[in-house]
Amino acid sequence: MSENLIEFNGISKFFGKVIALKDVTMKVKKGEIMCLLGDNGAGKSTLIKTLSGVHKPDEGEIIIEGEKKIFDSPKDALDMGIATVYQDLALVSLMSVTRNFFMGREPQKGIPFFKTFDIEKANNIAAERMGQIGIDIRDPSQAVGTMSGGERQCLAISRAIYFGAKVLILDEPTSALGVHQASVVLKYIVKAASQGLAVILITHNVHHAFPVGNSFTVLNRGKSLGTYAKKDLSREKLLSMMAGGEELDKLEVELREMDRISKN
Amino acid sequence: MSEKSKSIDSKKEFSKDERLKKVSKLKILLNRPELGALGGSILVFIFFGIVAGDTGMFSAYGTLNFLDVSANLGIIAIAAAMLMIGGEFDLSIGSMIGFAGICIAIPAIYWGWPLWMSIVFAFAMAVLVGYFNGILVVRTGLPSFIVTLAMLFILRGATLAITRLITGRTQVPGLRVLIDNDPIAWMFATDTFKWLFTWLGSMKLIALRTDGTPLATGIPPSVIWFIILTIFATWILMKTRYGNWIFASGGDKVGATNVGVPVGKVKISLFIGTACGATLFACIQVLDAGSADTMRGTLKELEAIAAAVVGGCLLTGGYGSAIGAAFGALIFGTVSMGIFYTDVDTDWFKVFLGAMMLIAVVFNNYIRKKVTESK
Repeated sequence: MSENLIEFNGISKFFGKVIALKDVTMKVKKGEIMCLLGDNGAGKSTLIKTLSGVHKPDEGEIIIEGEKKIFDSPKDALDMGIATVYQDLALVSLMSVTRNFFMGREPQKGIPFFKTFDIEKANNIAAERMGQIGIDIRDPSQAVGTMSGGERQCLAISRAIYFGAKVLILDEPTSALGVHQASVVLKYIVKAASQGLAVILITHNVHHAFPVGNSFTVLNRGKSLGTYAKKDLSREKLLSMMAGGEELDKLEVELREMDRISKN
Repeated sequence: MSEKSKSIDSKKEFSKDERLKKVSKLKILLNRPELGALGGSILVFIFFGIVAGDTGMFSAYGTLNFLDVSANLGIIAIAAAMLMIGGEFDLSIGSMIGFAGICIAIPAIYWGWPLWMSIVFAFAMAVLVGYFNGILVVRTGLPSFIVTLAMLFILRGATLAITRLITGRTQVPGLRVLIDNDPIAWMFATDTFKWLFTWLGSMKLIALRTDGTPLATGIPPSVIWFIILTIFATWILMKTRYGNWIFASGGDKVGATNVGVPVGKVKISLFIGTACGATLFACIQVLDAGSADTMRGTLKELEAIAAAVVGGCLLTGGYGSAIGAAFGALIFGTVSMGIFYTDVDTDWFKVFLGAMMLIAVVFNNYIRKKVTESK
């Protein structure tokens, strides 16, 4: 048995003539955060969908705990403990924290045909789980709409963990958040990994990825530029690898130029 | 180590945050969807209590009268509210009432079916129509507004055409004689608690006819059905897994699907619910009147939606309550009957209905903003 909780070997995905992914290989250990970086259009979304069972890879294999697996649907992936938290979080803002937490998987009690949603139990679990992350749910029946973006993200992650995730795939969890909220979410992600989960963190924000990641895979135009351990990398090197570095340098020069002109 | 101390800090910050957001009991109550309709009902009763208190509107007979009208509307309003919470509309409710009416009357009168069999037949047709509406909306992804608008015309037209083809007329009378001795028709046609009214009459507590029998003979079946449905729908919405799925389907279809809610099935079942609600309405009215009319139920779909909206349902789905819809129906029923007891011309009723709905929509919009943007 390999020490990697999950391995993706030589994953390729084609849409007609378009090569969306070519020969992407990634390995994630238990308790590790692997950051998947890439600019827009690098193939991040396609890769997530392939990992979470929405797309079937055209080439390559997925190995979970040393065994080769094939996902036919997102549900298959979920059943094998691969949970994906998408950007939209799958939260309904008009519904309560508890109703969101257990949406689609409500605990029930009572006799057949008259089974009721065990709201008391659900409330307790939701409040307890949110408390563990440091989010004090005063009233689990409050609407999710009243929570901040960071709290919502934590709720979605917490829900995935509660329902048995072993591998957590997070799609841009910090992209819509302010600095403070983003740091709260990142802290929670570190905590989740320290409890033995393998985390795949997808982002285009190097400044969010670098402090928390253990290893980094950079995706560019559908190909992996390789996986690097943190000690072999610097923030600047990572940034320039994303092909974003060069662009940003150029932008900086341009802005300085504009600034100079407007001052004159 | 530093990571740990940071997380403790964040815990503190959050709890400080939370304390700032402490909400009073009153505000929690204000966030309930049915509050507007409850307040509206109270205002309506106070108004008529002052204006028409001495006219007999609130006598046993008068009360049962406006309760009957409210209850009939309430039956379809609750079904419409459930569907609206699930994120869809049904504009074919009114036409379904007419269609269900002839589904009961024609087999019973012209084909010699026992009445119970034609009632079962009408409900079976309702399930079919509801399923068809639902599957069309779910499969095509078209707005239910358009799909059920088409069904509004199709059903009304078919009702008229079929009835004229078979009977040569647009009304089918003669049902009343069939009600006696039928094994299930009594459920839709019998007044209950007659003993109570007889007793009240004998104690001279309620108005009597010249022959000494009480003017109000019993609780009409619509009121009983209305109460049962309100309780049942509220139980489903608040206390069951299926109820949570209804809110989730209407609140965020994609999100709900992603976490495993069978959104399509939920919506189809709700469309079947509105069609069955319309059929129940038709059963009660057709058996009460003793005849089916092809135009029965015209515009009822809009009244049902209006009652649901006044009851706190959002047009965008995901929010609302069955109790709210029940109060919405009570407001409309009370005003439509109460207006006869006042000096106000009854022509003004529709003006009131429209104004009430406008106020409700503005109020609901405000509530939704409160719920979703309070931070």
